[in-house]
Amino acid sequence: MHIIESGNVAAALGVKLSRAQVIAAYPITPQTPLTEKLSEIVEAGELDAQYIPVESEHSALAVCIAASSAGARAFTATSANGLLYMHEQIHWAAGARLPIVMCVVNRGVGAPWTVWNDHQDSISQRDTGWIQIYVNDHQQIIDTVIKSFRLAEEVMIPIMVCYDGYLLSHTYMPFDVPEQDRVDAFLPPYKAPYALDPENPANLNTVTLPDIRFDAQGRLAHGYMEIRYLLQEDMRKALDAASSIERQFFEMFGRGGDAFFELYCCEDADYIAVSMGSLSYHLRDVADLLRASGIRVGVMSVHLYRPFPASMIAQALVHARRIIVFEKALSYGYEGALCSDIKSALFHHGHNQARPEVLGHVLGLGGREIRTEDLHEALKHSCTTPVAHPDEIGWIGLKI
Amino acid sequence: MHAITTILDLPEEEFLNPGNRSCSGCSLGIAYRVALKALGKDTLLVVPPSCLTVLQGLFPIAATKLPSLNVTFASTAAAATGLLGALKAQHKTGIKVVAWAGDGGTSDIGIQALSGAAERGDDFLFICYDNEGYMNTGAQRSGTTPIGALTATTPFKGKLQPKKDVPAIMSAHGISYVATCSAAYPLDIYDKVLKAVTFTGVKYLHLHIPCPPGWGFNPRLSVKIGKLAVKTGLYELYEVEHGQFRLTGASQKLADKKNLVPVEDYFKTQARFRNLGPDQINEIQQLITTRWERYFQTMENGEEG
Repeated sequence: MHIIESGNVAAALGVKLSRAQVIAAYPITPQTPLTEKLSEIVEAGELDAQYIPVESEHSALAVCIAASSAGARAFTATSANGLLYMHEQIHWAAGARLPIVMCVVNRGVGAPWTVWNDHQDSISQRDTGWIQIYVNDHQQIIDTVIKSFRLAEEVMIPIMVCYDGYLLSHTYMPFDVPEQDRVDAFLPPYKAPYALDPENPANLNTVTLPDIRFDAQGRLAHGYMEIRYLLQEDMRKALDAASSIERQFFEMFGRGGDAFFELYCCEDADYIAVSMGSLSYHLRDVADLLRASGIRVGVMSVHLYRPFPASMIAQALVHARRIIVFEKALSYGYEGALCSDIKSALFHHGHNQARPEVLGHVLGLGGREIRTEDLHEALKHSCTTPVAHPDEIGWIGLKI
Repeated sequence: MHAITTILDLPEEEFLNPGNRSCSGCSLGIAYRVALKALGKDTLLVVPPSCLTVLQGLFPIAATKLPSLNVTFASTAAAATGLLGALKAQHKTGIKVVAWAGDGGTSDIGIQALSGAAERGDDFLFICYDNEGYMNTGAQRSGTTPIGALTATTPFKGKLQPKKDVPAIMSAHGISYVATCSAAYPLDIYDKVLKAVTFTGVKYLHLHIPCPPGWGFNPRLSVKIGKLAVKTGLYELYEVEHGQFRLTGASQKLADKKNLVPVEDYFKTQARFRNLGPDQINEIQQLITTRWERYFQTMENGEEG
């Protein structure tokens, strides 16, 4: 059924269709309408779930961690400082291998206070061991929430579904809401491989020694490092799992098709603009304009940011002369994280091949308006001017 | 309430293995063992970092025979809520959720989550074992460290502030059952745990846990010192049932017989109080005496506790 609704409602409907069993959340702009909608859905009896209005984001993820440890499908959502307040819990959920799904409605972080969109919040959680997916529109929000439960439960790694605050969360777009029975066929009920249970007692997340150790029956058990190694291994395996789940979703619903990234006019492109989230659609318009003036530009929007599909990304970019990365986040003192990751992916890809130059741009921090003229100017300049200082990031829309 | 259960009536089944990693003379072991007997098999435990994390053992060996979830320091009560949510969502009944946190994990870093859960009325038992400091990390001061006590972070002057009254804070939430216990009176713990789990919403038990290395006394004196804390009137055993306060067990007897032991006798058993001068001791004695005069008055008026 096609409806016209906000991005937050798209996310809430995705959670409903996924039959989440425990939902815990704390209000924060611009995530709030999502949790309001979920509380409404649960209170109206449309979803057989426990909705727990916790007293903080730290507790929101604590509830999900415990619920998931006891075998329930758990969901939460937050933004900006709420996400940062969860930080130790974010690490904990990944270390404990719990398939929690969390929507991050991207917002800039304080200080100073801002409620508007950028990606600093979720990018700063890059190294926590969560899968991170960035989506571009409302259809992708609802579909990705559903796919994420499936992927998280297959690889036992939690997932952040990241979408732009206001730009997607509060705007209205038409999208298709899949039928419940088809979602049920795609996403079976969660069966935890291990869960807290009096019939089978276990002490979970105990203090673990640096080295491997025998248990009481003389069997060798992992040390901390083995447990962390397995998280990395399974993260890499999640690339294949994500691909296969994406394919199945495409076969059943006729949408999507590439779990890693979307390419727009990249086949013959001399220049490829790379970004994540709704900005990539903005860049497509600019690419059209530049192509009309004879500059062959393509656009890549990265969906799966962690695990990073490095070799596939490099393969898609390596034929271009120049890659221009547009980011709403910054690793202060260096450059945007995506820019570094793209460079690294290209560096590892084929030793004797000529590699494209990579330029980084930062824009839209704290919701600074991204004007099409500015984007056009910056991209055109990046395509047509020799690079004097490749390490310097470009700032778009800065008024200083 | 007098102890109903006698040592002979205690269930024989053990849920705490011997040879665990607690320090010698640790009274947490006494309290934990007896409370787990009261809780029985169908229980899920939540434990934040604390002495209990150590007692429970290092992966892959566990001292506790009940399912136990280790969680981050600030999240104990919220995690208990999450377990309840999962049980309800999966329509599982007859399983109790019990959180066990230390005094720092309750009165300091854990109080926000605990207060939130109490206000929401989530149906679990929260047990705070109070050894009056961050003993697991080497005896630093906590909110419940008593005034005058030397700790690793109050090394010369002793703690300048009085002990935070967590049971009173929990009572102020209007929860159905709050009680205090001491590891020196394990049968009282057993009975209060049995009683606590019959109420709905958050139930709160506060356990006084003498700590040999943290307080500075010989490990063989743990029970004696725990009893002294009660007999001097410094630490009361009581229940608050739906808002109704009453002294229980040894404290109720103390109110009957009016034979408070001088608090100095308690202080001189422990190295942490060695800096207390006669003036300070008198001041504390005055506070105790005034408090207990009210209890004596209540007993004389014939009211129940």
